[in-house]
Amino acid sequence: MSLPRAPHHGIGEPIISLRDIRKSYQMGDITSHVLQGLSLDIYPGEYVCIMGPSGCGKSTLLNLLGCLDQPTTGDYILGGQNVAHLDDDTLSAERCRKLGFIFQSYNLIQQLSVVENIEVPMYYRGMKDSDMRVIAVRLATQVGLSHRLYHRPTELSGGQQQRVAIARALANDPLVILADEATGNLDSKSGQEILEAFDELNRQGKTLVFVTHDERMVQRCTRVIRLRDGYLDKDEPGAAAERRKTERAERELQTA
Amino acid sequence: MSFLANSPMLRLALSPQHLLRTMSMGTKSIWLHKLRSFLTALGVVFGVASVVAMLAIGEGASHEAQEQIRKLGSQNIILQSVKPSDSAGGTNETRSMVIDYGITARDIMQIKQTVPGISIVVPSRFINDMVWNFDRKEDSQIVGALPIYPEMRHRRLVGGRFFTEMELSERLPVCVLNESLAAKLFPLNTPMGKAVRVRGNYYHVIGIIEDEGRAADSTGSSGPSNATTTQMLIPFSTLMDQYGETFFRFRSGGFEAEKVEYHEAVIRVKELNQVMSRADAVKHVINTNHKKDDWRIIVPIELLRQAERTKEIFSIVLGSIAAISLLVGGIGIMNIMLASVTERTREIGIRRALGAKQSDIVVQFLVETIILSGAGGVMGVLLGLAIPTAISHFAGVTTVIQPWAPTLAFSISVFTGIAFGIYPARRAAMMNPVEALRHE
Ligand SMILES: Nc1ncnc2c1ncn2[C@@H]1O[C@H](COP(=O)(O)OP(=O)(O)OP(=O)(O)O)[C@@H](O)[C@H]1O
Ligand SMILES: [Mg+2]
Repeated sequence: MSLPRAPHHGIGEPIISLRDIRKSYQMGDITSHVLQGLSLDIYPGEYVCIMGPSGCGKSTLLNLLGCLDQPTTGDYILGGQNVAHLDDDTLSAERCRKLGFIFQSYNLIQQLSVVENIEVPMYYRGMKDSDMRVIAVRLATQVGLSHRLYHRPTELSGGQQQRVAIARALANDPLVILADEATGNLDSKSGQEILEAFDELNRQGKTLVFVTHDERMVQRCTRVIRLRDGYLDKDEPGAAAERRKTERAERELQTA
Repeated sequence: MSFLANSPMLRLALSPQHLLRTMSMGTKSIWLHKLRSFLTALGVVFGVASVVAMLAIGEGASHEAQEQIRKLGSQNIILQSVKPSDSAGGTNETRSMVIDYGITARDIMQIKQTVPGISIVVPSRFINDMVWNFDRKEDSQIVGALPIYPEMRHRRLVGGRFFTEMELSERLPVCVLNESLAAKLFPLNTPMGKAVRVRGNYYHVIGIIEDEGRAADSTGSSGPSNATTTQMLIPFSTLMDQYGETFFRFRSGGFEAEKVEYHEAVIRVKELNQVMSRADAVKHVINTNHKKDDWRIIVPIELLRQAERTKEIFSIVLGSIAAISLLVGGIGIMNIMLASVTERTREIGIRRALGAKQSDIVVQFLVETIILSGAGGVMGVLLGLAIPTAISHFAGVTTVIQPWAPTLAFSISVFTGIAFGIYPARRAAMMNPVEALRHE
């Protein structure tokens, strides 16, 4: 294999590069430094869990990665473009094309049906109605909701809603899928189903960056990043790192 | 919306396909709170309905007035004899047996000689007397007129013909009845070719003429009545033969006698723009001849201008009422949209996370407001069209719905939506996505 050797377990050039990212909030006279100089690279195909005690800045980091917020200083290169200091419209376009979001509380739009919810990111990308519908139905089928296409979110279980959210996150075929406590609201059984769906996505080569407290997820990821008070505390391979590597090698052997 | 005016993103958000999608989404959000949306739209419904209804009623009223004035002829000046009131007179004349008043042949002659630019002067005389058809009788106004009368007064013949110059010079006993008199005396058959009797004389009915407009009602001594006057028109010469210069009449015990040369004279001015100055000249001539207040002048074009001024004032009042009701409706909409923006903060956060630009959010909420106010506008127009129809049906008032009135009212409702929707929509768009997502 002549691929450039990544420090971790993805392949190729990093799709996310953080360089000395700092984020502080000004509250009256007090400045609270939430992120204090983070640098890290994430490569295609990685399944990253961000962990750490409450209040250490995990959500803040994820919001920065998701272009929902901007760092106070530092650079963030997403898919080859520095997005650390862009204007609002360009950031919106970046979110739309390069990122997929999954939230703890699903965050589906209540007045829209399953397919319509999946169509939302494509709609903001300016896709044609008929094309959107084809993709949305395919994604809904892929997450096992072909029999619930025109139901409202309120008519679905938590696990089903989270699967709609996964399908929605995949809609624009993003570079990275970000999630904050994606299994936090689910019972162990539906949580398990969702975790399996993530495994499958990663097996297909999707890059996942998840904030979690869920130990089961740590067992399935390829890399664990631990934060402490806004610093990078530990950065180590996850339990699935070797397994994923073997799978990939096998696949390449087969195709060769 | 200046901050987005030239943005290419806005152009995308406003492309027809996207707009259609946004509208269907907006409709869904509105439908989610049916009752609330309906109550909100109600403010606009009543505003728009009142605009349409009041325009129709106002237009109808002025239309009726203008129609009547136009019938008098805008190039005409009408002189009428008026019986002076007793208190106004106070001279020996009022105590004499014969009341002598009104427009005289001398007045007419002087007008013809001194006032330039007038083409024809048509005098007529009125006598009130009983008209008979066997045992049917009707107290009517007998008008001594010239053959040009129908043309001068814009009165249409509904049957037969008017009398001719020949009949005038021959002083023939022919008559034309107005519709009311014809209906009263001949309720079952046509009066054409029959004869009616006044005192001992018979008159041959040769035509039927439409009733006079109410504004032109000039009953002379007996004052205007609100019922349409029954009229019988005969050649001026024939009337002079029958009644002479002085007219005696027994009435409820007493008797009255009056000497009036002309009850009315219609003067036609050649140029429309000279009507007012010629009217002043005519006034001057008659003022010098008459000491008493026994005449009056009607200048239809002046009445027309007054009617137009009244209509203008009416329009201003109407406009203010409409503006206030739409303002109230607009505030209602704005209030609900602000509540809706707060309530849907989470949704806004989700949409922003999924790639919506600020302009997308502005368009979304603005479209929703416009749908709400536009739907209110449509309902308001329908209600506004129903009200005048009902009013004309039950109260017998003429209402005129101009084709532009519903269009105007609807556009105002849409404009209200835009004016009062822009602030809530901008507020939604300016939200910080992270905070919006954290919102419960
Ligand atoms: N908008 C803000 N203004 C001020 N301080 C903030 C803001 N957002 C976050 N913080 C602070 O930043 C710190 C990190 O918050 P963050 O939400 O990233 O923690 P977290 O690691 O996600 O915690 P948890 O596991 O409980 O979700 C907290 O101390 C918080 O008070
Ligand atoms: Mg958090």
